Amino acid sequence: MDPIVLARWQFAMTTIFHFFFVPLTLGLSIFVAILETRYVRSGNEMYKKMAKFWGKIFLINFAIGVVTGIVQEFQFGMNWSEYSRFMGDIFGAPLAIEALLAFYMESTFIGIWIFGWDKVSKKMHLAAAWLVAIGSNISALWILIANSFMQHPVGYSVHPETGRAVMTDFWALVSNPNVQLQFPHVLSAGVSLAGFVVMAFSAWHLLRKHEVKFFLASFRMAAIYAMIGSVLVAGIGHLQGQYMVQKQPMKIAVAEAHYNTEDPAALSLFTVGTWDQTKEVFSIRIPALLSFMTYSQPYGEIKGINELQHDFSATYGERNYIPPVALNYWSFRAMVGAGGAMLLLSFLGLLWSKDEKLIEKKKYLQLMMWSAGLPYLAVTTGWILTETGRWPWIVYGLQTIEEAISPNVPAWNILISLIVMTVLYSVLTLVALKLGLKYGTGETEIAHK
Amino acid sequence: MDLNTLWFILVTVLFIGFFFLEGFDYGVGILLPFLSKKDNERRAVINTIGPHWDGNEVWMITAGGAMFASFPHVYATLFSGFYLAFVLMLVALILRGVAFEYRSLRDDAAWRNRWDWAIFTGSLLPALLWGVTVGNLMRGFAIDADMNYWGGLIPLLNPYSILGGLVFVTLFTTHGANFLALKLEGDLAERAKKFSFQAWIAATVLTVLFVIWSFFETDILTKSGINGLIPALLAAVALLLAGFYAKKGADMLAFIMGSLTVVFATIMVFMGLFPRILISSMDAAYSLGIYNAAASPYTLKVMSIVAAIFVPIVLIYQIWTYKVFSKRIKADPKTLVY
Repeated sequence: MDPIVLARWQFAMTTIFHFFFVPLTLGLSIFVAILETRYVRSGNEMYKKMAKFWGKIFLINFAIGVVTGIVQEFQFGMNWSEYSRFMGDIFGAPLAIEALLAFYMESTFIGIWIFGWDKVSKKMHLAAAWLVAIGSNISALWILIANSFMQHPVGYSVHPETGRAVMTDFWALVSNPNVQLQFPHVLSAGVSLAGFVVMAFSAWHLLRKHEVKFFLASFRMAAIYAMIGSVLVAGIGHLQGQYMVQKQPMKIAVAEAHYNTEDPAALSLFTVGTWDQTKEVFSIRIPALLSFMTYSQPYGEIKGINELQHDFSATYGERNYIPPVALNYWSFRAMVGAGGAMLLLSFLGLLWSKDEKLIEKKKYLQLMMWSAGLPYLAVTTGWILTETGRWPWIVYGLQTIEEAISPNVPAWNILISLIVMTVLYSVLTLVALKLGLKYGTGETEIAHK
Repeated sequence: MDLNTLWFILVTVLFIGFFFLEGFDYGVGILLPFLSKKDNERRAVINTIGPHWDGNEVWMITAGGAMFASFPHVYATLFSGFYLAFVLMLVALILRGVAFEYRSLRDDAAWRNRWDWAIFTGSLLPALLWGVTVGNLMRGFAIDADMNYWGGLIPLLNPYSILGGLVFVTLFTTHGANFLALKLEGDLAERAKKFSFQAWIAATVLTVLFVIWSFFETDILTKSGINGLIPALLAAVALLLAGFYAKKGADMLAFIMGSLTVVFATIMVFMGLFPRILISSMDAAYSLGIYNAAASPYTLKVMSIVAAIFVPIVLIYQIWTYKVFSKRIKADPKTLVY
């Protein structure tokens, strides 16, 4: 067993599971804080009930997000000690700042939020809700600053004696152009995902005519929320694609299965490659569209996989620089497809949720119950593209994945850890899902307990 | 004082915060199944740390993150070297965290009992494993010239370090019982006081053995220059007073003395290590210290500014939350928050 393969699987597993819970935390924390703001401003008890009801779903989800986050922080040292040595100067800082600025804030004020309804003033309780939301989202910002360095290193130099990356400009690290797109993309993905989760549970109740006023109001707010999130996530995603052509051309080339350099470049609608993914066998392509998406004009060169492989070999030395094409190609399509469907569905929600006629739209509501799966598909495939599209680099252009592994951890240790964590995460996810369904489809009175 | 020393002190402070706060959290978790079988009483026990445990745990995360930022080699060597121990600890911490939040979500005795045992195991194992880790840090382990430890789990489970683990478990149990005596009411508080004194006897016996053994096994208390002898003596005095006050039933003083024991013991370990952080048992030159394991001066400077601003803010709001929830908790189902 190859320790690198196992450690990569472990990173994929822990990260995908972690990010199953994080975007709902990001989006729903703000949603609940908005609900509580409306309660405090209007004094309308329904908004308090709504804050508590959706807050319960938030808490069930939040718990798993927190505990899987601990693994995220520790596994760099455990599985990737050479990475930690090489990058500690740069990567450790945002991680520590994340803990100091964000983790303390969210974990302390969540205590006030859960236990403080009768202990602190209404305004203080509302402040706690916002501090949890801000803390969660600041946490995302700092971990994405760290991730952005791995995608696009800035503000560093490589120390001539130790060979380690050394931070030279903290501000450059923080204002990395990559994170300026990535953070709003992730934030709006969280907003959209939370909107879809709220709409799904609301649709379930509306189909059964439970507490129509309560769930119609929830659905309405969530539709607006999801619409805003979906528009932003798609728009920013488009800009990220353009940015990627400049900074990570290989990632976009594999995401488009774009083998040969073209000007103007066509966009693939459907491509089938050979089994070893080195050549395409068949494709349906729209002429010039890829150039247009990139440069907003119907011409412009986009380098293909083959030329990039040649260029990279000349710059960094002979080896394979091509990430798994099919995985990235289909992940990209799944993400964009899900995003498009989310735009459409949230737009229909916005159009139809103005009044009680929504209850009559049974087909749509049934569809919305299931469509909460779409944003989960999108965020998962989005991260698969972001992380595997960087292969073979762990830090783009600076350190390869092979160089980053802990040399002193035997494969069977990683295997044990991988098996134990996979089983544990799966069981906990099922428990969380069951509890989420129980409370999300339960009577609202439960939330009062 | 240079930045490397400052960061050694800051990491020490974070570990003091971690062991002080999570110390009683772990203790409460360890005592949970034994203090009561009644659901409302168990809920009362959990609620003493309910609003706080998550914020307390962040002290551990921050200590890890700060170590990554300031002494990346220490982070890399320790976490890769103690791999399986950390896997076990992560599993325990995951179960414990989820248990606190999920326990009350079903009104079902078997469900709740299961999560209570998860809280117990999830508190006992990290206490034990951190103790074993600290024992090995004091004793040193086989770090090679490339800063890697290849020995695996078995050499880390030496008798001295296991004794260190048991010291942690009993000290934290005492600390937790003192905390419960302070936070609960009536009968439950009385039971906590009894447990406090019993755990104190075990902690004292084990600590005395551990300290005597440390004179032979380590140079923590004896090395020339800065060593851990003075904080060790202060910890011993605080421990004796903690037992004295626990016996008298003076819950506040017992808690304060127990806390000081944890604080001084942590200072003892770090002063004894200084300026080393990870001691190599192969060759003193292979040890990781505040210079050869550190991040660049620039990173240390940036992090110093960030810490100078945010550590005080964190302290202010965390102390405030303890004030908000300072009232003793009654095991009355009508007033308990589930």
